[in-house]
Amino acid sequence: MPESVYYFIQQLLNGLTVGSTYALIAIGYTMVYGIIGMINFAHGEVYMIGSYIAFAVLAALAMMGIDSVSLMLVSAFVISVIITSTYGFAIERVAYRPLRNSNRLIALISAIGMSIFLQNYVRLAQGSRDIAMPSLITGGWAFGPEDGFQATVSYMQLIIFVVTFVSMSALTLFISKSKMGKACRACAEDLGMTNLLGIDTNKVISLTFVIGAALAAVAGVLLGIYYGVINPYIGFMAGLKAFTAAVLGGIGSIPGAVLGGLILGVTEAFTAGYFSSEYKDVVAFSLLILILLFKPTGILGKPEVEKV
Amino acid sequence: MSECLLEASDLTMRFGGLLAVDQMSLKIMPGEIVSMIGPNGAGKTTVFNCLTGFYKATSGNIRFKGQSIEGLPGFKIARLGVIRTFQNVRLFKGMTALENLLVAQHRKLNTGLLAGLFKTPDFRKSEAEAIAKAEFWLEKVGLTEFANREAGNLAYGQQRRLEIARCMVTNPELLMLDEPAAGLNPNETAELDELISDLRRDHGVTVLLIEHDMKLVMDISDRIYVINQGRPLTSGTPDEVRNHPEVIKAYLGES
Repeated sequence: MPESVYYFIQQLLNGLTVGSTYALIAIGYTMVYGIIGMINFAHGEVYMIGSYIAFAVLAALAMMGIDSVSLMLVSAFVISVIITSTYGFAIERVAYRPLRNSNRLIALISAIGMSIFLQNYVRLAQGSRDIAMPSLITGGWAFGPEDGFQATVSYMQLIIFVVTFVSMSALTLFISKSKMGKACRACAEDLGMTNLLGIDTNKVISLTFVIGAALAAVAGVLLGIYYGVINPYIGFMAGLKAFTAAVLGGIGSIPGAVLGGLILGVTEAFTAGYFSSEYKDVVAFSLLILILLFKPTGILGKPEVEKV
Repeated sequence: MSECLLEASDLTMRFGGLLAVDQMSLKIMPGEIVSMIGPNGAGKTTVFNCLTGFYKATSGNIRFKGQSIEGLPGFKIARLGVIRTFQNVRLFKGMTALENLLVAQHRKLNTGLLAGLFKTPDFRKSEAEAIAKAEFWLEKVGLTEFANREAGNLAYGQQRRLEIARCMVTNPELLMLDEPAAGLNPNETAELDELISDLRRDHGVTVLLIEHDMKLVMDISDRIYVINQGRPLTSGTPDEVRNHPEVIKAYLGES
């Protein structure tokens, strides 16, 4: 096979890696929008907090002299997911629930305020410098010609694929089969009616925020280790990208968020690989504008029917 | 005289300058079928919304089985046994008919996340009961063969019946139907008439309904409240209401 094929495969792999983490974050946007019709603009910050907690856990374990990679990874995931979910829960209670019945714009402003608050809270606590994440997992498989361009799948990329796949399968099972999952779907279709059937919809809404935050934490741990650098501002761009992914796939639709994330990731990787990495954000957000212009409901979204 | 199932007194609902419900009082005895009639905009649906916690009444008292329920959130009132439908069909259209009936039993599937994850015997039992109950009601409203069809793809009359089934799986004591016959053809309305009488006879449910179909109302109701401009004009048995001069005036204009 010619070298260009391996180059293509490499870009595709890179794109799917980043895209799958966009998808994880985008699910949080899309689920919240699906149920209460608001964009949680603080969601990117939740992802950033997930990264910081992972860093804290890894640093603490290193200080205790623990160097088992699997133990470090598992504890980073578990602790980050638990604490970050608590943040998700608290954000909804503090910043959104009191405004539930007011104008949507007010909740949106509250979300932006929450985002600024969280960013600066982490900046004050941790400083605004870049923090290097320990590179836990190195190496990978290379394939291609011995003397030319070789495509590489790093072990970390593999972990990202596996963890993302497992998280999404678990979510899909939960939503389609479990009792709470059914309640989530019912709320997404008609919040008021669900409430009048005796379901505590506030609980369901809290759960949505917790699930979204947990998935963002998973993405935060994965991307933190993958990129190797975190700072208090990473949530802003990641949040915008995931939001773009959610809109691209059709906001409110979970499969749409996954599809949108993957398409966005791959588009970025190809732009960086074949054109210039400086332009990848330009292309990503141009995609958002095009979608909003020509298919505002996204790829898998349903046209909004005004609820009576 | 036995105790009221639902009693509202001096119920008032104001939207800014608009007085939608004006000191309305209402009593419903267990086992009754009571109708509310009145011209469009009379405030019937607003009364429904206040009674079920969908709106918070501006003032007034609402008691259900002697317990005060005004100001309670909708889901708590529903858990006490007051379930309603809306004028427009509000099924979960993307879910199957069966799933619609399972969601409504959410509370009774009283099993934690862990029990669901590991499918404990208790969980299986309560799940099987919920499905059995859903199937019973699907059969009752003649939708057994459509159990796995998405609710949004059912015919309109079927959707209406599925909504009533969804109310019934929650074991309500008071079923509140907002224009259940709207959009139904005469055959379907006759079936609805039979179904509602049947619900009371066999399942002991009390029914409060808003309806414009006078044939259905006169046929089925024990008592009728006539509401005009947010106020009760009169109430009584179908015969009393039919011959009441004020009602004739409100409905037909002065002759």
